[in-house]
Amino acid sequence: MSQAPIKDNEVDIVIGALRSDLSSFFNEWRAYFSRFHLIIVKDPDLKEELKIPDGFSLNVYTKNDIDRIVGSTSISFSGYSCRYFGFLVSKKKYIISIDDDCHPAKDNKGNFVDAVAQHIENLTTPATPFFFNTLYDPYRDGADFVRGYPFSLRNGVNCALSCGLWLNLADLDAPTQALKPSERNNRYVDAVLTVPTAALLPVSGINIAFDREAVGPALFPALRLAEEGKVRWETIEDIWSGMCVKVICDHLGLGVKTGLPYVWRTDRGDAIESLKKEWEGVKLMEEVVPFLQSTMLPVTAATAEDCVVEMAKTVKQQLGSSNPVFGHAADSMLEWVRIWKTMGSRPS
Amino acid sequence: MAAESRPAPTPLLKDELDIVIPTIRNLDFLEMWRPFFQQYHLIIVQDGDPSKTIKVPEGFDYELYNRNDINRILGPKASCISFKDSACRCFGYMVSKKKYIYTIDDDCFVAKDPSGKDINALDQHIKNLLSPSTPFFFNTLYDPYREGADFVRGYPFSLRDGAPTAVSHGLWLNIPDYDAPTQLVKPLERNTRYVDAVMTIPKGTLFPMCGMNLAFNRELIGPAMYFGLMGEGQPIGRYDDMWAGWCTKVICDHLGLGVKTGLPYIWHSKASNPFVNLKKEYKGIFWQEELIPFFQQATLSKDCTTVQKCYIELAKQVKAKLGKVDDYFNKLADAMVTWIEAWDELNPAGAGSAALSAGSSK
Repeated sequence: MSQAPIKDNEVDIVIGALRSDLSSFFNEWRAYFSRFHLIIVKDPDLKEELKIPDGFSLNVYTKNDIDRIVGSTSISFSGYSCRYFGFLVSKKKYIISIDDDCHPAKDNKGNFVDAVAQHIENLTTPATPFFFNTLYDPYRDGADFVRGYPFSLRNGVNCALSCGLWLNLADLDAPTQALKPSERNNRYVDAVLTVPTAALLPVSGINIAFDREAVGPALFPALRLAEEGKVRWETIEDIWSGMCVKVICDHLGLGVKTGLPYVWRTDRGDAIESLKKEWEGVKLMEEVVPFLQSTMLPVTAATAEDCVVEMAKTVKQQLGSSNPVFGHAADSMLEWVRIWKTMGSRPS
Repeated sequence: MAAESRPAPTPLLKDELDIVIPTIRNLDFLEMWRPFFQQYHLIIVQDGDPSKTIKVPEGFDYELYNRNDINRILGPKASCISFKDSACRCFGYMVSKKKYIYTIDDDCFVAKDPSGKDINALDQHIKNLLSPSTPFFFNTLYDPYREGADFVRGYPFSLRDGAPTAVSHGLWLNIPDYDAPTQLVKPLERNTRYVDAVMTIPKGTLFPMCGMNLAFNRELIGPAMYFGLMGEGQPIGRYDDMWAGWCTKVICDHLGLGVKTGLPYIWHSKASNPFVNLKKEYKGIFWQEELIPFFQQATLSKDCTTVQKCYIELAKQVKAKLGKVDDYFNKLADAMVTWIEAWDELNPAGAGSAALSAGSSK
């Protein structure tokens, strides 16, 4: 199924910089990034100057910019959350965001993977959330809908979120990685598939892309662990945000894809060290999941913003009393929508 | 957590699994499968003319049933078993005495993985069935129980025991399982993509279940694997496995059982005639549009604690809600009941009446 090629100026690539020397990162990704505009957001806690090679069209935002543009807010953009500022200031339709410790991966044939192009393809071809296609993404070359797939569902729906995967250091939690310190993901699964409606998944922020116009406000830095750190094992904000996005996409009839593209993720941090911090996140998940599985959004919530507001209310009501972390998350979600609306009403 | 540091060797299930093969011609394809199948008992269901002799290659241990046998064994209940359609295979499930079933079509051969090695499809199905499924939460690294995989960050620990796996749905390289319209539009398309994954189909999600390369735990879900009324005298064909799959998935979801799809691949060699297929599928293409909402909305009461009870309940709903689509569904609903009666007669000890928490250990 051929699509009109996406225009380069419809895409922003947002990189949250948690380390200062990004030279090798950008040089490795150059072939895939250089066509597009980049938004680099420096972790407000990072003291050193950023080192970025020439040859890219980019805007760099630092703590001062964040403070100036957003103004006074309870939202913390520290650590991995700095990327959300990039989502906020972008004016493009599509955003692709990759952690700064990820490199281009190679596919099964030994060719480098253009993760950007794959994310764009995922977002610009339909998703099929209402019925599972056993040959995975039917819109891929060489694939199609299988016998028994209802014809009325073959148009699919718009894909709002594309979740990529990771070779080498997969996004495992700290306890799992600590138990299996030498486990590395070597399996390149050559598939893109739609996560069915009503099915929840942990959406990792390491390698994602989304339709900002459709779901922008639904990705937010809301659920912060008390001792959140600078490695993914010590965060849960992306998982929380991602699950909310899925609930919202299900409600709005939008699709979420997972699978390709892969990135190659390098080792960083110490799983055992992170165990202490991550336990809080692990415990929180136990409460979060039953809640999200049963959340119903009202029919009147017709936009991503509406949905976030409604979810924030329910989070506060139903989870707020069990743990103050959720109360804060709910407040952050509302605050995020406020900021988003403010940014949106500003002249470009 | 998932697997220990060294996975235990897969038990062969030599005496616990039957291979059910429907055939109308010959079983030459078994020669290629010999290294993988020879240790297992085969149940051959011969469709079509019962006076024809089906030659089974030497060295296989098997029982063979033709239409005369089916009529003799089931008496009037034989009416629920299709004639002149591979749907008759489900008779094999009913007469089996084993815990697991693997069913394969006679035009399916051994495929090769990307490294060029022959794929032991049966072995993979057994691995799939003996490890848990994860229907309640999607794992982005697919089956977490596979060697080299695991649960990802954010996957709730309380869900990591998973659910018992009832069905393992394999795929096909070469001729893909397309419907007639797609075959007509893309006659040359071949599936060359080896997707190295097994995954659980989430609870609440339906899928098209293909019977070409399928394994299941007969004790957990057997009675739901009725392949319907197809073939001679019926207005529809090529929806047998679809029907079984939708019923099975609804029941699995209700009973907390898992359905896996993905590996293993087999090599599907024959493309059936798309014009013949179109005639068989024609009504199904329209009826499907009613069937899918029906199954998506089907709920079973809490009293349905066994597969049989679930199935009878579904049969009632089929009659009530689909009877008006076409009288065929009235007949099908009756046949579904007949099937359960026949199943229970042939399996009095209670295979398939495993109650809700049939926990299989990892």
